[in-house]
Amino acid sequence: MFADYTWTELGSIFAMQGFAGLILFSVFVLMALGLAIIFGQMGVINMAHGEFMILGAYVTYLCSNFFQAFLPGLFSIYFFIAMALAFVAAGALGAFVEWALIRHLYKRPLDTLLATWGLSLIMQQAYRSIFGAREVGVTLPDWLLGSIALTDIIEIPINGLFVMALTLVIAVGVYFLMFKSRMGMQTRAVVQNRVMAGAVGINTEWVDRKTYALGCGIAGIAGSAFTMIGSTGPTAGQLYIVDTFLIVVFGGAASLLGTIASSFAISQAQSTMEFFLSGSMAKVLTLLTVVGILMLRPEGLFSHKIRR
Amino acid sequence: MNTLGNNTDFLLSIENLSVSFDGFKAVNDLNLYVDENEIHVIIGPNGAGKTTVLDLICGRTRTTDGSIKFRNKELTEMKEHEIVREGVGRKFQNPSIYEDLSVFENLEISFPRGRNVFGALTFKRDDEVIARVNEIAEMVFLDELLDTQAALLSHGQKQWLEIGMLLIQDPELLMLDEPVAGMSVSERKQTAKLLNEITKGRSVLVVEHDMKFVEDIAHRVTVLHQGKILSEGSMAKVQADPKVIDVYLGH
Amino acid sequence: MTNGKFFLGRQELLGLAILAALIFIVLPASIDIFRLNLIGKYLTYAFVAIGLVLCWGMGGILSLGQGVFFGIGGYCMAMFLKLESSTPEATKIQSTPGIPDFMDWNQITELPWFWVPFNSLAFTLIAIFVLPAFFAFIIGAAMFKRRVGGVYFAIITQAIAAILTILIIGQQGYTGGVNGITDLRTLLGWDIRTDSAKYVLYFLNGALLIGVLIACQFVLKSKLGRLLVAVRDKEDRVRFSGYDVANFKIFVFCFAAVLSAIGGAMFTLQVGFMSPSFVGIVPSIEMVIYCAVGGRLSIFGAVYGTLLVNWAKTTFSETFPELWLFGLGALFIAVVLVFPNGLSGLYRTNVAPAVDRWLGRSSTSAKPPLEDPQAAE
Repeated sequence: MFADYTWTELGSIFAMQGFAGLILFSVFVLMALGLAIIFGQMGVINMAHGEFMILGAYVTYLCSNFFQAFLPGLFSIYFFIAMALAFVAAGALGAFVEWALIRHLYKRPLDTLLATWGLSLIMQQAYRSIFGAREVGVTLPDWLLGSIALTDIIEIPINGLFVMALTLVIAVGVYFLMFKSRMGMQTRAVVQNRVMAGAVGINTEWVDRKTYALGCGIAGIAGSAFTMIGSTGPTAGQLYIVDTFLIVVFGGAASLLGTIASSFAISQAQSTMEFFLSGSMAKVLTLLTVVGILMLRPEGLFSHKIRR
Repeated sequence: MNTLGNNTDFLLSIENLSVSFDGFKAVNDLNLYVDENEIHVIIGPNGAGKTTVLDLICGRTRTTDGSIKFRNKELTEMKEHEIVREGVGRKFQNPSIYEDLSVFENLEISFPRGRNVFGALTFKRDDEVIARVNEIAEMVFLDELLDTQAALLSHGQKQWLEIGMLLIQDPELLMLDEPVAGMSVSERKQTAKLLNEITKGRSVLVVEHDMKFVEDIAHRVTVLHQGKILSEGSMAKVQADPKVIDVYLGH
Repeated sequence: MTNGKFFLGRQELLGLAILAALIFIVLPASIDIFRLNLIGKYLTYAFVAIGLVLCWGMGGILSLGQGVFFGIGGYCMAMFLKLESSTPEATKIQSTPGIPDFMDWNQITELPWFWVPFNSLAFTLIAIFVLPAFFAFIIGAAMFKRRVGGVYFAIITQAIAAILTILIIGQQGYTGGVNGITDLRTLLGWDIRTDSAKYVLYFLNGALLIGVLIACQFVLKSKLGRLLVAVRDKEDRVRFSGYDVANFKIFVFCFAAVLSAIGGAMFTLQVGFMSPSFVGIVPSIEMVIYCAVGGRLSIFGAVYGTLLVNWAKTTFSETFPELWLFGLGALFIAVVLVFPNGLSGLYRTNVAPAVDRWLGRSSTSAKPPLEDPQAAE
């Protein structure tokens, strides 16, 4: 399949596809970070994670329309405000869901899975009822449009660069929050020994709610970023949920570095293969490889040997 | 003690056994031997590696180095159920029974027949099974409670049920992890009596904290500290050992 | 003792009789063939739900990929039927006569090798049993031998369902793509689209379902059934009682897979087509809810749960399509939070004692020693 191309063309193809893969990588990382917090740290399966992401996307869409209509002067910076609102909206809904649903199910992970799937159906239908079944897109401010031409063939879109920078910032932030701050330590303490954590004075219910809300909030930001590279529809989130779960499991559920590494591997494999095979076959091959590796090494890429 | 090599006189010989978790050596170059018909108790402070030793013998944890021979058969490469079928029974620290099933069914499942898929499908509850279940139930003081759902038993009764589930398999080596933890005084006495009875014709390896209970049952005591043997011998000898007093009994 | 000489206690016999009366007498007598055919379609999902009772309810293994096996059964049957209706005479307007129409549309000029054996009905019928068992064995052996279970197993099976759907849709020349395999007409020359054929297939489906229920009851009442419960409860204890736990999980997973495939094959026969929309993530997890609504511990409950959810789905999505997804979503949540033992749980606490008394209280076997301790919390 490489025979038809010259070496420089091949190089450029890999570079371009690699960059496209980096954008996919960013969305994967943003979505997977939220999941890795909720699943990896709390052990809860959140099937509605994609819908939380889409909530962020719709918030961004509303913001874009609002600024266009009422505050055109500030339109160039609306995106940052939208992102903050997306985080707050998704986080608040997450906190509510934790209170209403998740907290009753901490000992029954499989049931959480079913309940959050039900939640995802309700959210999808709500989006459909409110925003319609058609996909919507946001208007990007001028400074995010266009691209930088590196060579004659290779062009780097600016919005892609922006999403990547954003991903980097959030990933670093999450790392510090989960592994270097008191909140992260409390979260892990609660997960590992709920009774003991409560006994040493940690408000376990509050920690649970905060952690879940944080994971959902990050999904909201992922949705914000998502609007820059794709259009938003009621079921757009569901398309990503399986990939994201595989990423988190593949990376070794509790490892942030693993999540990022596996996001990278999967997104790069998929987008590079996409150029040579049809999109669906690229996806089939990527997922099949991941599932195959997981069958051979179920604990994922990065994991610790634990003493039982 | 440590220089015997492949000694076939012992039922179980553990030699140069080590296991490490991410660099932490939970068990370090351990040598331990269990005689026929012996009640051998392992004591030691928390984190000494007592439960890990049991886990290593029964295959729950894989060894990093060393050998575990049972009747001169190497156990370290065998799967858990194969080790059980060789005649090694293991009781867990917390009573590990099937709460949804009745006492009878708990014992019946442990009866060593029909252990593959086809065998389980065609398993018949015949007179031999019923007789054996009744015999064991009487031994572990549960003969009146055969139809009771196991979840409804008291803590001590659950411990006995699990011991019964092991006895029905007639293991040559029985390993018990803190069998009297959480038991009342009278239950302890009954358990000590039970252990002395079931040790006829088999060896028992016990991990225990309760010193009074250890004195009652132990033929030989091994003190573990930080994954290594600190002292070994009769209870009296161990109790007199200054090293032991220093790290454990003195506190 | 609770384990009688016969594996069907009085409660079970009564349950079978009531279900048989409903399927074979009440429904055919009271509704027209269009609606009856619809019921027949629902009952094919019940095969999957029954398999999930064994796998998930009893064994604690939640598979979110049962649609894969339903699809394998359905596609096997559809491939056979499609080949039968794609004779060179029937397809002479195609550029390559004698191959299925969708292949011709996709410029395929020769029947792919894996289609060829499906010219034989005998091979097809064998494949409906062997293929799902084979795939379930591969998945099960890889996962259970490595002690992968619970949430990880659910996610992996879900991913497999996603992969298969993408594959089927992407390879439309070989699979019929998103439309699936359609326009199926005859089975060995017998027109399956007529009303009389639909009646025959409905009754065949019902008979198979009753047979499957009896087989499952046998499995559940054997020691293997109690072992599954024991594994769900204390897997390590079973392992340290000398059992190779993985083998039992593989068995029950394969068993459930074969049941699903039978349902899939009957679906194709009764509905006249098969498509990827019965294979993927969404149908697979919906089938779990049929089982959960019926009560994850009762094979009879699974049948009624399937009927009830599908009846509701048809009714609501005809009249208030918007409400249906809200309703289904709420159902997922309610069945987890409010009534984890489903319909059969309600029956067992409210009706079963009275029925027992009426039966002369001989069948202690109706006593359910199987309440999920977690679900009951």
